[in-house]
Amino acid sequence: MEDALNIEGLKTFFYTRQGVAKAVNGVSLSIRPGQILGVVGESGCGKSVTAFSILRLVPHPGRIVSGRILFQGQDLLRLPAREMRRIRGDRISMIFQEPMISLNPAFTVGDQLIEALRLHRRISRAQARDRAVEMLRQVEIPAPEKRISDYPHHLSGGMRQRAMIAEALLLNPDLLLADEPTTALDVTIQAQVLDIMCRLARELGTAIMFITHNLGLVAESADRVAVMYAGKVVEEGGVADIFERARHPYTQGLLRSVPLPGRRTGQGRGQLYEMSGLVPSLFDLPPGCAFHPRCPRRGEACLREEPPWREIGPGHRTACWLEEADAAPGQS
Amino acid sequence: MIWSKLSRNRLGLIGLAVIVLNVLVALLAPFIATHDPLQIDVASQAAPPSAKFFFGADEYGRDIFSRVIYGTRISLYVSVLSVLFAAAFGVVLGAMAGYYRGWADSIIMRCMDAIMSFPAILLAIGIMAVLGARLINVVIALGFVYVPRFARIVRGSVLSVKQKEFVEASLAMGNSDAAIIFRHILPNCVAPLIVQATANLAYAILAESSLSFLGLGAPPPAPSWGNILSDARNFMLDNMWMTIFPGLAITLAVLGFNLLGDALRDILDPRLN
Repeated sequence: MEDALNIEGLKTFFYTRQGVAKAVNGVSLSIRPGQILGVVGESGCGKSVTAFSILRLVPHPGRIVSGRILFQGQDLLRLPAREMRRIRGDRISMIFQEPMISLNPAFTVGDQLIEALRLHRRISRAQARDRAVEMLRQVEIPAPEKRISDYPHHLSGGMRQRAMIAEALLLNPDLLLADEPTTALDVTIQAQVLDIMCRLARELGTAIMFITHNLGLVAESADRVAVMYAGKVVEEGGVADIFERARHPYTQGLLRSVPLPGRRTGQGRGQLYEMSGLVPSLFDLPPGCAFHPRCPRRGEACLREEPPWREIGPGHRTACWLEEADAAPGQS
Repeated sequence: MIWSKLSRNRLGLIGLAVIVLNVLVALLAPFIATHDPLQIDVASQAAPPSAKFFFGADEYGRDIFSRVIYGTRISLYVSVLSVLFAAAFGVVLGAMAGYYRGWADSIIMRCMDAIMSFPAILLAIGIMAVLGARLINVVIALGFVYVPRFARIVRGSVLSVKQKEFVEASLAMGNSDAAIIFRHILPNCVAPLIVQATANLAYAILAESSLSFLGLGAPPPAPSWGNILSDARNFMLDNMWMTIFPGLAITLAVLGFNLLGDALRDILDPRLN
């Protein structure tokens, strides 16, 4: 099957007075239709910039420098602006982190849903309204006929985020970019909102790029995981590959630094691991593997050259020099 | 929301009442006026206030009360139209400057600075001198002079609203720039605009009177407040009613708009709440 999204060697740099910040520095990843890809990594590793690059809405002074973003076979980076605008909101939509301010406070929820519909479809207001009510019902907002004429400040945070999800899925997009969609919500509501999002996406066959720093949420909801560090994907694989057979030292460190249900960190009272060092400055990335200053197992090669990609299992790949060393004795 | 807060603001209510009174007087002028404002009556030249002439009569025997009543029309006409003119251009220019930034911002705002560098009334006098003394030209001159005030305020609000995520979200929805500016950004900039417009109505009334007083406003027989004052200035020491009543009318109208403007600012400015 053709990928819903296929990013190859994407580089998005920010040209500031202090220098060039390499926010996205050669990201490659792909998502199949109907699949949920969790993109995890620390703050500032380029997760959100990757999402904005897909929509070609990188904020000033950022620029997409090179790479290809194939969406259903066509390169988004080569589309004229008008075509791109037609795709935004219709075939690719996005959910933002802050439900509090992602809805326009000057209009009712219904107005915004109806506007979104009529922007891309030639339908009457009444039809659009019916569709909007139906969508609000699908995201489990109670009494949607009433809620539709409420202003955003009448709704709770969870309701607002559900309204955003309704807006994002209203046009039945092929790809949904969810940038930390539940971070601003209560923990109890997080799971609920996430459930709705994933269930709807599965029903509609929408592929989701689910950006988060919450590994627990990824473990629960994603099909595949891409781990990002300093503007690059360092390891990509199925959920089980990443959570049980992580190979990249960064992924391993990340997993050991958060408590996950069902996984003991050691004997008896487990201890959480603390990764030494700091995320490198995007203005001045270390040579070779960007992770080497913090890597507990760095070797000679790590300082000199970027590690190549290696397939280490079906659908599981990583970029680390350790794999190269291990590969020699003939390991899978 | 605005109304419930305004109803608790006494000065604001007084301002609103004065404005409503002004509007009613302007609309009902033919029924309120006791004389034709242009009717010359040689027998009653400079007559003092009496039962026949409530505010007295001027040097041509015209009833000052009726002239002040009709003057309300001219004042409101000029002030409302010039503020609408200024707001229309100011909003569009300010929104473009704030939204696009870059060279559009530089060019627009430097032009606005250039206009603002002249004292408002002086620039208006200059424009009137070029266009000629007609009422509609007063509207154009004052409107032009006030454009930068609106442009600046709108630019500032657009800059702050533009940062909000719902703007980013509407971009991600596939909206065009125009749709985002007019449907999503400007409705969120209304509060400062209302305040600026109300305050500006007061300035405009004052400026119109000044222009008329200097002979550059509504052409002379027209009963604008500035004209009445201008006609009266030679007789001010002997017949003070000629100047007091039009002066009071101006003061009252300006006071009304200022009181309402202040009240609206207090209500709509989130920092003062």
